[in-house]
Amino acid sequence: MWELLVQPMEFPFMQHALAAAIISSVVCALLSCWLVLMGWSLMGEAVAHSILPGIVLAHIFGLPMALGAFVFGMLAVLLIGGISGGSTLKHDTSIGVVFTSLFALGLVLVSRTPSETHLTHILFGNVLGISQQDLLQTAGMGLATVAVLLALRRSFVLLAFDKIHAHTIGLSTGALSILLLALLALTTVTSLQTLGILLVVAMLVVPGATALLLCRRFGPMLAVAACSAAASALIGVYASYWLDISTGGSIVLAQSGQFALAYLFAPVKGMVPRLRQRRQRSAGEHAAPTRPIDTLLDVKDPA
Amino acid sequence: MSTETSPHTHPDTTPRAGSETSADTGVGSGATPGAAVVVERLSAGYPGVRALDEVSITVGAGRICALLGANGSGKSTLFKALLGLHRPTAGTVRLFGMDPSRARRRNQVSYVPQHEQVDTSFPVSVEQVVMMGRYGHMGLTKRARPSDRLACDEALDQVGLSELRRRGIGELSGGQRKRAFLARAIAQQAPLMLLDEPFAGVDRGSEELISSVLKALRDTSGTTVLISTHHLAGVEDLADEVVLLHQRVLAAGLPSEVLTEEQLGRSFGAVLRETT
Repeated sequence: MWELLVQPMEFPFMQHALAAAIISSVVCALLSCWLVLMGWSLMGEAVAHSILPGIVLAHIFGLPMALGAFVFGMLAVLLIGGISGGSTLKHDTSIGVVFTSLFALGLVLVSRTPSETHLTHILFGNVLGISQQDLLQTAGMGLATVAVLLALRRSFVLLAFDKIHAHTIGLSTGALSILLLALLALTTVTSLQTLGILLVVAMLVVPGATALLLCRRFGPMLAVAACSAAASALIGVYASYWLDISTGGSIVLAQSGQFALAYLFAPVKGMVPRLRQRRQRSAGEHAAPTRPIDTLLDVKDPA
Repeated sequence: MSTETSPHTHPDTTPRAGSETSADTGVGSGATPGAAVVVERLSAGYPGVRALDEVSITVGAGRICALLGANGSGKSTLFKALLGLHRPTAGTVRLFGMDPSRARRRNQVSYVPQHEQVDTSFPVSVEQVVMMGRYGHMGLTKRARPSDRLACDEALDQVGLSELRRRGIGELSGGQRKRAFLARAIAQQAPLMLLDEPFAGVDRGSEELISSVLKALRDTSGTTVLISTHHLAGVEDLADEVVLLHQRVLAAGLPSEVLTEEQLGRSFGAVLRETT
């Protein structure tokens, strides 16, 4: 057992991979708690896809990848806000229009750029190829994001819970929303190397969803999401080493597994406890001795 | 003017009595003396719909005013205009002589939302909701000080929810939830409180409790209360003033004057009976 855990860590690239995976999944997990409550799950997907042209342009002009990605992430956010605000279209429609357009622009730019190897790394991540410098950058940006999130956590919770009250007490709901979206863009960029564009959205939704099923208060929800994400990163990285499978895919599957468990067995909100409670209740209501057993089992629940 | 009409406001949030205001007499420059809410010739609407048509309303400080109207009468739009959530096409709104946005930043307005606006699955407890009322008094990180905790304790006590303070907001009945949001508004200690349909979906006991709490707020701290409702019942005993609204102001004055069979029947009854 000890062998199983220690042997992979003899390679520096595995150490870097594990550290990067844990850092970025924990940052994503914290942010996901707000995204889930704001109803912004799709925004994560939109931002992740929209940064592709930014990365390619940064590559062409020799600028830092993170800069290009961040600029295009924010561009997507502003376009989405602008289109749904300036027309009668629904929010998800403008999200769909903007991110697919920007992703397509990215694909076109890639097709005119000589080095093709980059594309698969961007799409699927390359956690095993992370250098020490990448790791430091990930850690730095992650730390900054977490610091802002935690410092303003009560305002963000209020924004998600009751926008009108936030507005009434003089908070700028617009500025808070933009700030949260900027943090989303930054986080997406940070996690890009671990999971790639296609799977980063999982890290931005699943841990928060799992935690919401398990928790009744926001504070514990943050802790559960972070722990669940860190455990998934650990499981994913080891599984990918020993079973020789995709690292990003393993991390996300570990998260999905935890979500499934929470969905079924969460103490109050889980499927199994709810069914059991429902059965007890209907048994209590209908267990009149004259009633035949088959109608008892056939009781339709109004919900 | 506002310094007098809002005795319980904290010194740092109290608007300065400027040179234009003579604090001794409480008479503001140009504005109606002692008025908390002044709406002048306000028109507002949405594309293709006219919601408010030249509405003028004045609510005196320390009064309870009921805004009575059927669904679609423009009550919600008027509330949104007062809160600065809806931009009117014409007319002005002044709260304690201030622009609404200035009044909000100075913690002059509290708002008790309608039933449907609350996400009951949100992972937040009753006392956490009430504490949100204090955020306007707090710094950037919204960390509670002892004075904030005290204000929350008192507010919870006033609405009779001290025992249920650790419950989730979704684990309350409709009436209890309404009282929780009333407690949040009380904890905010703003001199003007807006309540959107406070009696809709509320049991008898909660309705009586809410009414008596509002009267106590008016009498002890001079809070101005503005209620939007389509329920005639309860308004007569509670309100000092009634405004009948249907796109325009149909009648305004004392409940005994406005809530007569004749007045309601002539100007309003048909619409009201249809929808309530």
